[in-house]
Amino acid sequence: MKPLGKAQKLGRKVAVHKKYTDRADKKPLMPWRCLSVFVVFVALILVLIGRALDMQVLDSGFYQRQGEARQLRTVAIAAHRGDIVDRNGEALAISVPVKSIWINPGEMQADLDRLTPLAKLLSLNPNRLRARVKRNAKREFMYIKRQVSPELAERVKALNIPGVAMQNEYHRYYPGGEVTAHVLGFVNIDDKGQEGIERAYDKTLKGIAGKKKVLRDRFGQAFEDVERISPVQPGQSIMLSIDKRLQYLTYRTLKAAVIKHNAIAGSAVVLDVKTGEILAMANQPSFNVNDRKQITPQATRNRAVTDVFEPGSTMKPISMAAALESGRWKPFYKVNTSPGYMKVNGNLIRDERNYGILDLGGVIEKSSNVGISKIVLSLDAETQWSMYEKVGFGVSTASGFPGEANGRLSFAAMNNDFTRATMAYGYGLSVTPLQLAHAYNVIASDGIMRPVSFLHNPDAQSQAGHRVMSVKTAREIRKMMQRVLSDKGTGKRARVANYSVAGKTGTVHKYITGGYAKDRYISIFAGMIPADKPQLVMVVEIDEPRKGEYFGGLVAAPVFSKVMAGAVRLLDIAPDKVNKQQLISAKKRKPDIHIKQFMHAKQASAIAVGQV
Amino acid sequence: MRNNSAQFFDSAYQNRTAKILRFLHIDPLLLFGLLMLMAAGLVILYSAGDGSTALIERQMIRLAIAFTVMFVIAQIPQQQLYLWAPWFFAVGITLLILVLLAGDVGKGAQRWLNLYVVKFQPSEMMKLVTPMMLAWYLSEKPLPPRLPSLLISLVLVAVPTLLIALQPDLGTALLVVTAGFFVVYFGGIQWRVLLGTGLAVLASVPVLWQFMHDYQKQRVLTLLNPESDPLGAGYHIIQSKIAIGSGGLYGKGWFNGTQSQLDFIPERTTDFIFSVFSEEFGTMGAVVLLSIYAFIIIRCLYIAANAQDSFGRLLAGSLSLTFFVYLFVNVGMVSGILPVVGVPLPLVSYGGTSMVTLMAGFGMLMSISTHRRLVTK
Repeated sequence: MKPLGKAQKLGRKVAVHKKYTDRADKKPLMPWRCLSVFVVFVALILVLIGRALDMQVLDSGFYQRQGEARQLRTVAIAAHRGDIVDRNGEALAISVPVKSIWINPGEMQADLDRLTPLAKLLSLNPNRLRARVKRNAKREFMYIKRQVSPELAERVKALNIPGVAMQNEYHRYYPGGEVTAHVLGFVNIDDKGQEGIERAYDKTLKGIAGKKKVLRDRFGQAFEDVERISPVQPGQSIMLSIDKRLQYLTYRTLKAAVIKHNAIAGSAVVLDVKTGEILAMANQPSFNVNDRKQITPQATRNRAVTDVFEPGSTMKPISMAAALESGRWKPFYKVNTSPGYMKVNGNLIRDERNYGILDLGGVIEKSSNVGISKIVLSLDAETQWSMYEKVGFGVSTASGFPGEANGRLSFAAMNNDFTRATMAYGYGLSVTPLQLAHAYNVIASDGIMRPVSFLHNPDAQSQAGHRVMSVKTAREIRKMMQRVLSDKGTGKRARVANYSVAGKTGTVHKYITGGYAKDRYISIFAGMIPADKPQLVMVVEIDEPRKGEYFGGLVAAPVFSKVMAGAVRLLDIAPDKVNKQQLISAKKRKPDIHIKQFMHAKQASAIAVGQV
Repeated sequence: MRNNSAQFFDSAYQNRTAKILRFLHIDPLLLFGLLMLMAAGLVILYSAGDGSTALIERQMIRLAIAFTVMFVIAQIPQQQLYLWAPWFFAVGITLLILVLLAGDVGKGAQRWLNLYVVKFQPSEMMKLVTPMMLAWYLSEKPLPPRLPSLLISLVLVAVPTLLIALQPDLGTALLVVTAGFFVVYFGGIQWRVLLGTGLAVLASVPVLWQFMHDYQKQRVLTLLNPESDPLGAGYHIIQSKIAIGSGGLYGKGWFNGTQSQLDFIPERTTDFIFSVFSEEFGTMGAVVLLSIYAFIIIRCLYIAANAQDSFGRLLAGSLSLTFFVYLFVNVGMVSGILPVVGVPLPLVSYGGTSMVTLMAGFGMLMSISTHRRLVTK
């Protein structure tokens, strides 16, 4: 057989090949079987094509809508909240981009277990998360966790869990933490201002969220913008009048004092005299605004603006100004304060001790209650009252800060000589630390009343104001207040080396239910520097020092001294009272300096040596 | 009719190219069909793979390897295949047992045999060896087969199938059964036996259900109602259907499929590549692609019908229809008429193992087609 020849070449098994080739073509493929296979094959191919036509032509619209429902989303574009910066452009509050992770709880119900790795990554309790998703089964949107860092968001994305989506948001961060917490306030998780500047200027800061239509991939990530419905308008930045360096110094010093004296609370305000701008405002207790758990009503109150106290002896310079303005009193006039107490309408007014005969400066220096009472009672009530009103007591400073207190100044007190006298030395009215600083700013700026401001206006050299006191009166009051820091005065501890300081101490019995507490005090110091041409005003108020010392001159004055000593350097304010001994030693050094300068310049060294 | 076409091919073999092809044992029409299909496959893979050239390169290397395998096998005369069939079968069964004893675990199933150089999947090999074995066995018996030979055939199919199902790899096991069934079918099994077996299989479905793995049950249930778990098991089907349906008559254009490019279709370079194709090229594209497949299958069936002997005829017939089953299961799966069983679109999906098996099968078909002449001369 011919085919066998070929087969033999293949190898050994000739017999098998014989058998194999013998059978060849003996049993042809049955034609009907072949046909049936072909028919079934064609039928099935047609099924596939039919299916394609059914889906792609007849039902195409349905599937297109389904696709769009999954791919197209109208999303809000979060607007970047404007930064808050200090007067030098240093950041006080910034917004950083973060992601919020959300799901559609309705779609997630079928398999809640797939959220377990996500819960672990985000350190959430998996059982609690499952329960939360179940509770929200009817809703289409639920946050899993808000404001996670971009790095963590990447890891969430890497988990690749279907149905877990993210959106862009901004997280507010406050570099100053507790130092600037009260002034700045904070925003809630939706970036809306809740307190402080954040609340007051929310409209300016927040901007307008945009809207756009986007294609989303299956992780819910925006993939491609399809259509912009409305543009996003980022918020505007705000420049505060705060000087960050001075703010830190003020806060640190105040905090140290509050801790040292075991006080309940404390506030400090520094004003720029020419512009009325608030350079620093600090409070104790404070809170770290970056940690939401610390946000409690107790801690978040900006006491310097919202809390009032009786100003006590720090009121005396204002009362004294009323006396000088009336023209009935000159600074060299004398008042007899013997025997250290007096009775008005049957009530006792007393001094610490009998100061004898004092000139007006002496009344301020010694802080004589009897002296100031005699002086104001010689005036008519209207004169006394109008000065208090003119320096801003009884109405808010209109700083725009949310929750600012008006303080209390009641004209009814003017109907009674005793209450007139007590008001002259600071009882029966209440002010905020900011109001007190504002009033002292009038004395500091030679009688001009300027609005206070949290915002910085870089162009304005000074703020326009109106005169409420004559230049002469203001200067004379400042001279009297300088004596407070003299060796015999109550405010020695407020001194700042090489600078003249004018100020007034105050020590107030706290008013509690049922009257004034005998052993609970508020210590105050209000002052300005340099005394002749003040540039800064500062008020320090420390609430209930509980470690023995409580006089304003002992508790509050050192805070003033320390902060102002730093402030004059930070703000480059020239010294006006150089110590004589230092001057002498400086003169002695002078020739040396000259030699060094010559040497340094390498100019005619021989001549220079000859001159010496 | 048969003579006419034979004459047509005889005349076609007159020219030089045809002579070279015949010398190389290449069937020109089948080669043309395969090249068309692979070209279409690379085009859609480029889009499905986000324009990654690295992906295309790797796929081309696989195609080259698969082509080499096909070419080498095409050189082996079918008589030799016939002689080797029982030995291959014995080796295959041994390897399957080895896999179960010492195989590598991958994706929850023991399928791989680590040969230290390459990882080898014996179950893939059984897709070819089982029909070879059955064709070898049945071609020696008088056809149509009688009951005893049918029973022995049943055992020959059942042993590899069970070993594969134990791995567990139900998809491959079913394909092996299918390949075996086609051999028996072409062998001329009686209609009444066929009908009886069909009924018996239907009756055994509830029993089978008990033995199925949870994930397998889930796949069937999801097919019946994909919306029951839109993010989990039903997710693939829903997204795939949306992709195909939203493609419309003309498609969204190359690289413009939103479902595909936005990552809504998972496994879009492998099992679900047909969805990408349909979304981007529409019904027109799908019909063209299916036509290429139809062309290849018809050519293979033609080779089967014209095979020299029973062995070649049964093997070629089985291989052609198995190829079609691949296609039908994959397209049926992505368009939601069959459950998701993880069968790639033959020669188009990204991936290597099944491609080599398929091309080895085409090598056998080419051998059956070209070595025919040796005998009839």
